[in-house]
Amino acid sequence: MNFSTDFEKYIARLADSNMIMGQRLSELCSKGPYLEQDIAISNIALDYLGQASMLYELLKKAGGDKHSVDDYVFYRNERNYYNLLLVEQDNGHFGKTMAKIFLYSTYQKILYSYLSKSTNDDIKAIALKSIKEVNYHFKHSRAWVLRLGDGTKESKIKIQESIDELWRFTGEIFESDDVENNLISENIITASNTFYPQWSKIVKETLQEALLTEPENVVMLTGGKKGLHTEKLGFMLAEMQYLPRTYPNAKW
Amino acid sequence: MVTKEAIWNLLSEIPDPEIPAISIVELGVVRKVDIVDNKYLVSITPTYSGCPALNRMEDDIKKELSKHDIDFEIKTQLYPPWTTDWMSQETKDKLENFGISPPTKIVKCPQCKSSDVELISFFASTACKSMYKCNSCLEPFDHFKCI
Repeated sequence: MNFSTDFEKYIARLADSNMIMGQRLSELCSKGPYLEQDIAISNIALDYLGQASMLYELLKKAGGDKHSVDDYVFYRNERNYYNLLLVEQDNGHFGKTMAKIFLYSTYQKILYSYLSKSTNDDIKAIALKSIKEVNYHFKHSRAWVLRLGDGTKESKIKIQESIDELWRFTGEIFESDDVENNLISENIITASNTFYPQWSKIVKETLQEALLTEPENVVMLTGGKKGLHTEKLGFMLAEMQYLPRTYPNAKW
Repeated sequence: MVTKEAIWNLLSEIPDPEIPAISIVELGVVRKVDIVDNKYLVSITPTYSGCPALNRMEDDIKKELSKHDIDFEIKTQLYPPWTTDWMSQETKDKLENFGISPPTKIVKCPQCKSSDVELISFFASTACKSMYKCNSCLEPFDHFKCI
């Protein structure tokens, strides 16, 4: 399943990142450290899946209704998934999960605020809908970064390690390529590299407030937007896609 | 063909699957009823994009309208995005009587009406609510988030 237009390629990136983020987080359903956090993580996972589903519907429409939403999710292999490397990383401990949501939701807040001014009505509608949800993901995860950073000796070490470990996957978020060019000139989207100053400012301020150190001189890993992934994604897709591929059209 | 008003009346009888104290019309999920090609077109909008209750609401609408032999179609409409601003004061009162603090800027305990309350979590039993505790009567309660 290949995407022929830049529009489809770009939408697939956004949809896949939300889908993989939601799928990863849903692994934690019923495993949260206590009930309120369990519910919070499950609710956030649900929002990501909901946003992914709106984007896949748009992809389906753009592709002339040739594929169903389930086709996109269950019948594409790793090399045809275009999500960011950040979102496919495993949940690790609670602090790492919160750090991941924080880094990603900070980006999404900025992304959706630009996309809500898109000349494409569908993208605009999805962005306006999603931004309301993302604001809560951001507030929630930011509060945890502060609490863990400015918490106990142990929590500080763990959240700092998580930020350090995930940092190498953040550079890719702000890479712009040919897929974006035409869409930018038609004011459908805003270039990913314009998001960086705002993202950096929010993250910097939060880390300072949390008494954490911003990682420096990190070599950034990249490839997700082109379908080149870390070893984490394959295992995840294998588990997720096993059932519909083994028993096509299974119903229960 | 029944009137548009009759359709709205039927839809107003369908309770929200998660908060049965209010109807799906009061919640603001039903956006429009149009007539297109001698068919009713019912537009609904999700509260939260991943809200699992939306499918159930769609099923409930199908069930209700099919009972009355009405020719219809249901369409999901994303724009304008759902907001709690669409809720009337009457609906907010119903929520409060049901034990849910309605979507208002100042959060009050639905039991003892005290505004000495504490946020426990931004997320609660459903995506649209957050969890609070009342410091006066010590009851935990759900608050409908303003979005």
